[in-house]
Amino acid sequence: MSIWLDSSSKVVVQGITGKNGQFHSEQMLDYGTRIIGGVTPGKGGQETLGLPIWDTMDEAVDAGANVSCIFVPPAFAADAIMEAADSKVDLIVAITEGIPALDMVKVKKYIEPIDVRLIGPNCPGIITPGKSKVGIMPGHIHRKGDVGIISRSGTLTYEAVNQVTEKGLGQSTCVGIGGDPVNGTNFMDCLEAFENDGDTKSIIMIGEIGGTAEETASQYAKDYVSKPIVGFIAGRTAPPGKRMGHAGAIISGGKGTAKEKMNAMKRAGIHVAENPSKLGNTLEEIL
Amino acid sequence: MNIHEYQAKELFRQYGVKTLNGILALNSNEAANACKELSGKIWVVKAQIHAGGRGKGGGIVLCRSVDEVYEAANNIIGSKLVTPQTTSEGVNVSKVYVEEGCNIAKEFYLGIVLDREKELPVIMASTEGGIEIEEVASKNPEKILKVYVDPVTGLGDWQARKIAFGLGLEGKQVKSCMGFMKNLYNLFIDLDCSIVEINPLVVTTADDIVALDAKINFDSSALFRHTDIEQLRDREEEEPLEIRATEVGLNYIKLDGEIGCMVNGAGLAMATMDIIKLHGGEPANFLDVGGGADSEQVAEGFRIILSDSSVKAIFVNIFGGIMRCDFIAEGIIAAAKEIKLDVPVIVRLAGTNVGIGKKMLAESGLNLITADDMNDGAIKAIKAMRRKK
Repeated sequence: MSIWLDSSSKVVVQGITGKNGQFHSEQMLDYGTRIIGGVTPGKGGQETLGLPIWDTMDEAVDAGANVSCIFVPPAFAADAIMEAADSKVDLIVAITEGIPALDMVKVKKYIEPIDVRLIGPNCPGIITPGKSKVGIMPGHIHRKGDVGIISRSGTLTYEAVNQVTEKGLGQSTCVGIGGDPVNGTNFMDCLEAFENDGDTKSIIMIGEIGGTAEETASQYAKDYVSKPIVGFIAGRTAPPGKRMGHAGAIISGGKGTAKEKMNAMKRAGIHVAENPSKLGNTLEEIL
Repeated sequence: MNIHEYQAKELFRQYGVKTLNGILALNSNEAANACKELSGKIWVVKAQIHAGGRGKGGGIVLCRSVDEVYEAANNIIGSKLVTPQTTSEGVNVSKVYVEEGCNIAKEFYLGIVLDREKELPVIMASTEGGIEIEEVASKNPEKILKVYVDPVTGLGDWQARKIAFGLGLEGKQVKSCMGFMKNLYNLFIDLDCSIVEINPLVVTTADDIVALDAKINFDSSALFRHTDIEQLRDREEEEPLEIRATEVGLNYIKLDGEIGCMVNGAGLAMATMDIIKLHGGEPANFLDVGGGADSEQVAEGFRIILSDSSVKAIFVNIFGGIMRCDFIAEGIIAAAKEIKLDVPVIVRLAGTNVGIGKKMLAESGLNLITADDMNDGAIKAIKAMRRKK
């Protein structure tokens, strides 16, 4: 068990012929991910990395794909997500950074009635160690285990993963939900899935400044999650009104500060690590 | 991306959102001449800077004669304006907007933003015009009327009416307000805005609905499809180092500390700033070299960090995912060959191709301090910074 991704997942890469799509498809294949092909409109019938290329997502799904990983450039990414949702894959992982926020508003409205899970955009993806990785995280730092990890950040997630691995522990599944203001899967969805996953014994949740997703998730954790959670919020030293790299990482109108989020976590019984290099230690202490 | 009031009002006019007539002036003669082209006997001279709270800083002056306009423009242009939203040093003012006056019957607040929780655009209106909306939100949240708009259906008449009646408008005002709202909503959507704010929105004694102020903030991710909007960028309003970084695809924000940071990924970059502070240091900047940065971008990142003279040490913290450690190593070596790295550089590498990256650095003959993890790196950076001082 794990959440949303395992060795039976059959993956199609949208944008497989682009520079990033190509590099990371190779990395995913090396990790053991079952990529069955790619979609690049206009290049259907050709091959890349020894895999077939299709023009449309429908063809990919006909060939057996149930997960899509998107590397399509920002101007066309919203369109690619909607095509994937319409093709009836179960899971869409959108890696693309820089999709206009109003495009994502439309995407969210479009996929609402469809039974599909969207992770991202602007995220590192999802990995179930030893089984499958769909995204851009370095596979070798992960180790099979029972810690579930959720994060809005990419590299900060790797940091957490690495600390967990160095403690001799491992991860059940790691989900990067992305740094955009409007995204698919949120903290709460992940907490619910980890709570119900028999292979997950504890959870690490990494948030950052901006929005109120961490506060909402903390309340949810307090009410419904029995497994121990270690938390961290990035951006204590971030000045208000400045967008800190991620489109969604901004303190606006005095709202969305790290302090508020850490307090919400503490009130919910989440073990907050003050030092980002002590996530592994904090987890070890409570287990 | 922010623009000035006069630019926002030009866009308002293009979308049929009612404003008063106004003319931009770069000096006091131009300001005085503007009065002659504008009608009426009252004019308002307004400093054009991006920061809000201009009125409180003396940046908005009501004038009753051409001489007063000349004098107001003379005082404002070339001065440094301090408002509650600027630093204590203030901001240089190089231009003013001279606008006709009007007879105000009522003042309101009106804003459109993207609500992150509901994931929809929300129109916020309040009878508490002229006051900071954050203040109203915390003290009298019931005084803010909110209408969420489904982007598929657009703003309905019923929603526009809800705002008009909610603001207590009557008769002819209701219809004017509905047209105003619809045009403003269309502008918000068409131009990929992240904020459109009018404070105050006024009802004139002639029952017109007019935007007295105008603030627009655009979604930077959508500028690729609005090249005309990109032209409105005023570089004087932005930190020069931040502009330089943006041009090479880096994300840099200048802060007040002494330890420069070069990190890949926004979350890790924030965490790196936090850990420096936790150990008693102060970060000099936020710098995310991003996921796909090449060695030239990394080198430019170094040059940008080093152009801040308060930097006494640099902490490079890289966890390779998309960004491969050998790319970073190449960048550090290239930069070091070109620039004189006269401050200590502490490097922590982990992740993809870490072995190759470390080997490249070791063989480069550069004088670098290596760190085992980010905690170690932060501590070493602070020690190195103190020795340097």
